[in-house]
Amino acid sequence: MKSLVKEFTKGIIRENPTFVLVLGLCPTLAVSVSVANGIGMGVAATFVLLGSSMIVSLVKNFIPDKIRIPCFIVVIATFVTITELCLKAYSPVLDRALGIYVPLIVVNCIVLGRAEAFACKNNLASSFFDGLGMGVGFTLALVIISAIREFLGTGQVLGHTLIKRFEPPFVFGMPSGALLVIGLLLGLFNLIKDRKR
Amino acid sequence: MKDKLIVSGSPHIYTRESVSRIMWTVVVSLIPAGIAGVIIFGWDALWITLAAVGAAVSTELIFELAAGKKITVLDGSAVITGILLAFNLPAGVPLWLPVIGAVVSMVVGKLLFGGLGQNIFNPALVGRVFLMASWPKYMTTFTRPFCDTVASATPLAALKEGKVLEHIPYWDLFIGNHGGCIGEVCILALLIGAAILFIKGYISWQIPVTYIVTTGLFMYVFGGNGFFKGDWLFHILSGGLILGAFFMATDYVATPLTAKGQIIFGVGCGVLTAVIRIWGGYPEGVSYAILMMNAATPFIDRYTKNRIYGS
Repeated sequence: MKSLVKEFTKGIIRENPTFVLVLGLCPTLAVSVSVANGIGMGVAATFVLLGSSMIVSLVKNFIPDKIRIPCFIVVIATFVTITELCLKAYSPVLDRALGIYVPLIVVNCIVLGRAEAFACKNNLASSFFDGLGMGVGFTLALVIISAIREFLGTGQVLGHTLIKRFEPPFVFGMPSGALLVIGLLLGLFNLIKDRKR
Repeated sequence: MKDKLIVSGSPHIYTRESVSRIMWTVVVSLIPAGIAGVIIFGWDALWITLAAVGAAVSTELIFELAAGKKITVLDGSAVITGILLAFNLPAGVPLWLPVIGAVVSMVVGKLLFGGLGQNIFNPALVGRVFLMASWPKYMTTFTRPFCDTVASATPLAALKEGKVLEHIPYWDLFIGNHGGCIGEVCILALLIGAAILFIKGYISWQIPVTYIVTTGLFMYVFGGNGFFKGDWLFHILSGGLILGAFFMATDYVATPLTAKGQIIFGVGCGVLTAVIRIWGGYPEGVSYAILMMNAATPFIDRYTKNRIYGS
């Protein structure tokens, strides 16, 4: 039981996919314009991660080693398709906001990375908690980045204006602002890690 | 006594030059352009410059105190960053704009990389580009010379918008009687400052000359209606080309080390500036050109490394 909790919590800070493993930066850069988008992307990726980690860990003994990556991709693509169709059906606004980045979860390196590095070597329960932890860590990272970007870029968070008479620097709404924020946060994470040691 | 004994390998030639001496000379060489900016755009230009310098210096001081690093405020490099940033701003901007720009210049452009000598980009240009992307409204509203409130487009912006250009005499461009940023308009004052740096031997001819010549040549060939009809003198005298070529493209840290590399750097800056001016979205391309070539500097250095004698 204790080890399962550990599998879950490691994805949140110690092996945070965005800030420590530095995986999945492409969707992070692209969708972190607003907190709503960030949460949507995080939840979608978490669902795919959970599904693919569980299935991969279940079928790991039947997959020939040489073609394991294509097999993982097929599994991941299935879950991405489910996500995409659900989004289109129940939340067209979010679907339009996330655009191409929902189908692109297929090639999100976090998902394939966890299948390759963890799920294909561990049992179902550990894989489930690993996927969940990584998903939550990814979502948290997205929320932090998108909250900073949305606030600085538009003066709002989740659509609520926080400070009046604030002239937001537009740069944070643009890709260059995403790179700036992620770079600074990565540096901060490394600084904290160094201080701890 | 212990401090006075310097043990080092030969040759033992003593020079009074030091980083801070060079930096403060650059500050002095920027003063003529600053005075010209104040004469042309009024006292606002001075307040903006002081705000930028004050913010840059105090940012460096606070950062170094907080990080427990050696205090390097007195070497003058923060002052230069502040001045250059202010020189790249229109005279009508609110005073918080240079302050934020200077903080971004120092923190993102320099201190986070490890301070002077470690930065990969010219800090002042990092700040300017940040402000340009953040508050384009303020950054592209220029005031007319010799009167306060009237907005006026820069000659390059007017050209970009396709307006029929009332012909500005070259002399007016040369002395700075047109809209523009605080420190870029008066070519005469900039050249006086550049002459100081040349005489002292602090900058070499390679970057400024190749930069200006390439821009002029490219503009002459492609800048007009049809080939070889461009107004090359107009393009050399307008915008931030002179300021950029002499004071920002010659930054010691973020530019190539060898003469050959510096020529490549200057030509690259010139081509990029001209390309942005002719086909780009912005009317002016000097800051982006220099930043892009800053990014290319490590590669230029690698391929133009001097051969070790005998190898």
